[in-house]
Amino acid sequence: MSAVMKDKAGRQPPKKLSLKQNYEMLTRGLGWEPSYQKKEDIYSKLTYEGIHIHDWSAWEDPFRLTMDAYWKYQGEKERKLYAIIDAFQQNNGQFNVTDARYVQAMKIFLNAIVGLEYASHRGFNMLSREFEGVGPRVAAQMQAIDELRHATTQIHALSHYQKYFEGMSDFPQQFDRTWYISIPKSFFEDAQTAGPFEFITAISFAFEYVLTNLVFMPWMSGAAYNGDMSTVSFGFSAQSDEARHMTLGIEVIKFLLEQDERNVPIVQKWIDKWFWRGYRMLAVLAAMMDYMLPKRVMSWKEAWEIYFEENGGALFADLERYGIRMPKYYEQTIHEKGHMSHQLWSTFYQLRKAGGFGVWLPSEEEMDWMSEKYPDTFDKYYRPRYEYWRELEAKGEPFEFEGLPQLCQTCQWPCLFTEPEDPTQLCFRHSKYKGERYNFCSDGCKDIFDDEPEKFVHAVLPVHQILKGEYFREGADPRAEGFDPMFEALSYMGIKPGVDGGLFSEHVDAKKWEEWTGRPANIHEGPVSDAVRKTG
Amino acid sequence: MVDIKTSGVKPLRTGFTHLIERFGDKRPPNRYQEATYDLQPTVNFHYKPTWETEGERDLYDARRTTIVMNDWYDLKDPRQYYYGAWTMTRAKQQGALDQQIEFVTKRDLLGSLPDQAKAQIVWGIVPLRHYEWGANTVNSQVGAYGFGTAITSPAMMQAMDRLGMAQHLSRIGLFTDGNTGDSLDQAHGHWMNDAEWQGLREQVETLFVTRDWFEAFVAQNLVADSYVYPLFFSHFEAQFTRVYGASLSILTDYLLEWQKEVARWVDAVIKTAAKEGAENQQLLETWVSRWRAAFEEAVSPLAVELLGGDEAEVVLDEINADINKRIAKLGVA
Repeated sequence: MSAVMKDKAGRQPPKKLSLKQNYEMLTRGLGWEPSYQKKEDIYSKLTYEGIHIHDWSAWEDPFRLTMDAYWKYQGEKERKLYAIIDAFQQNNGQFNVTDARYVQAMKIFLNAIVGLEYASHRGFNMLSREFEGVGPRVAAQMQAIDELRHATTQIHALSHYQKYFEGMSDFPQQFDRTWYISIPKSFFEDAQTAGPFEFITAISFAFEYVLTNLVFMPWMSGAAYNGDMSTVSFGFSAQSDEARHMTLGIEVIKFLLEQDERNVPIVQKWIDKWFWRGYRMLAVLAAMMDYMLPKRVMSWKEAWEIYFEENGGALFADLERYGIRMPKYYEQTIHEKGHMSHQLWSTFYQLRKAGGFGVWLPSEEEMDWMSEKYPDTFDKYYRPRYEYWRELEAKGEPFEFEGLPQLCQTCQWPCLFTEPEDPTQLCFRHSKYKGERYNFCSDGCKDIFDDEPEKFVHAVLPVHQILKGEYFREGADPRAEGFDPMFEALSYMGIKPGVDGGLFSEHVDAKKWEEWTGRPANIHEGPVSDAVRKTG
Repeated sequence: MVDIKTSGVKPLRTGFTHLIERFGDKRPPNRYQEATYDLQPTVNFHYKPTWETEGERDLYDARRTTIVMNDWYDLKDPRQYYYGAWTMTRAKQQGALDQQIEFVTKRDLLGSLPDQAKAQIVWGIVPLRHYEWGANTVNSQVGAYGFGTAITSPAMMQAMDRLGMAQHLSRIGLFTDGNTGDSLDQAHGHWMNDAEWQGLREQVETLFVTRDWFEAFVAQNLVADSYVYPLFFSHFEAQFTRVYGASLSILTDYLLEWQKEVARWVDAVIKTAAKEGAENQQLLETWVSRWRAAFEEAVSPLAVELLGGDEAEVVLDEINADINKRIAKLGVA
């Protein structure tokens, strides 16, 4: 006798499936062992990195979303998001942000992040072709399409801003060519040109899992604090995608480490490399958090303490059982946390004519905030510098750096960071390879180069390209009379010379802002024009 | 009544510079254009791909196919899909399909079919989940190594669509076996071992090692689908319905409707590439005829098994006639 209940017609009711069972039934068995073609020809990129996978089916699916559920869930999110974006545009929401300095920060996001989301999308698309197991492939394609979503919605959310402000209307050109965007671009291209396992370790684990909160926090909370509803709604909408991506990051690392002991040293090397690469790339966020948000969320130092030292520390303690230790040179990030944003903003200030956004010196109120947030470093090293520069500005002789900076061959920042133990000495490192000398900003960047010199000699360094005469628009003739290399190089980069960069107080965005809104372009200083109505 | 005052603030420009250069500034660029054009980097690639086996190639490199385009953004999608448009459309369609599924579930329409009908579904329909997974693989290749967002973004959506179709076909299997998954195991066995299925599996595996992504695109999305979709979801389905009623077609109609929509995109891409020049056109013709021979041979034993020899011949003639019409319109006949 069967114990199973049958219905009136004598049929056995279908078994109830849990979400997980349903997902696995519909998805996991889709692949098969090929017999007409060799497996190594179909999945040709899986062995050359030295990673060993014995059992692809041991993969734990982090998403468990079938497409029917995905479409409905995402479709609803999209419907809401575009309703908000439409309303934002109709209501001239761009004028509700704190002041026009906030818009300068958005420029870095639009010009850099859209391209990064896109790079990530293409990178995960490669994995969705190259991995052998169905589980990891579906996870990769889910993330690939999410990243395409992010690039798309960011463009749509920011499209409205670029109609009213300078420096955002050439984002594809800037992504390909602007000197400081070469930093994040080279980061993702490094990952995309690596093998599939290094890519997923770099992006899913080191970047998404370990560092992503440091991106989201200043950007999304910063947007919320500063009245940028368009970005906030995008951010909320992307948050559930990001949660999936972070889960993927930790699943990937566990999967690689559990499959074979020989994977451990390789993965550790990648963690070391990508932690340092990611950390260097995030330096720009440190400057944005401390200097560019008119209403600040928290300091870079506080963010690093919470999101890396505490959370990251706990994570790596957890990974110890696999034989994984903290990333190399993490101690140095702790030394640098009181310095990085200040050193970077000072650099942007000095190089402001080559920038794609307006820059300013911190106000008295802002400097007091930094003294409080950076008690050991700000008053000692940076306040005197800013006060001196303010004097020069008041005299009408603002300080600026003439010439071109030396770039780090690995991270591509100008060599602007100081020695780990001595914040008064700039840090320079060098390597020789095939008779050529290469420069680095740090030991971390030098190590990365020394491990893969053949790869990193191909880095396109904008300053070198300018010196070689190869960073000019087509048809520009360096021998022509009156040829202005700086003007030509900026034009090539998608930066309008004399418009996009320079001092914020003279910037067209600042003047237009006051004309349009009747509010000061910088809430911490007096108005820059007569357009602001005097009250009281 | 209160007048809503517009602020009188005039924007400095109507759209992004690269879009105004392409389309002029009479009208603001639409969201499809914003999300598509010039998104893929074109210069200053930093490193050589360590995985590349075909010689010196950049990260994004037009030489990964022998098709040549002056502007790869000419390959535009007539559906104008960007992520939001695509996913909202699919959500709506899925909502409609869910009602059909609910109808089928409530009445246990597939589970209550006679055993030989269920066996026909498990033999003739469910193995196609593997075919769809193959199509997911091929379109992932196009999305990954294709050139220009105009083709790679819809290829990504196409890959996800194919995953959705594979899951939908799996669901049909689960309807026949009361969610035990036995039908999926059996269908996997047919796909792997049954003589009639081997030709199709062999061609799908050959697609996996076809390195020219445009060729793979044509072979999968134009040629293979042109045989598989009408054979299984139109002709076999019609025969099944005549004997057992419309319970299966309630669930397979969705695939046909989807294929009709997707064909608009596939056709536009191939037609544009063919119009670009004689060499493209020749190449496309060669690919179409080579893959047609391969896929026609691959599906023939399946047609015979599913429809019987005489009917199979008629059906294949009909399918071939439709393909002839289609490729003539595309200029690749």
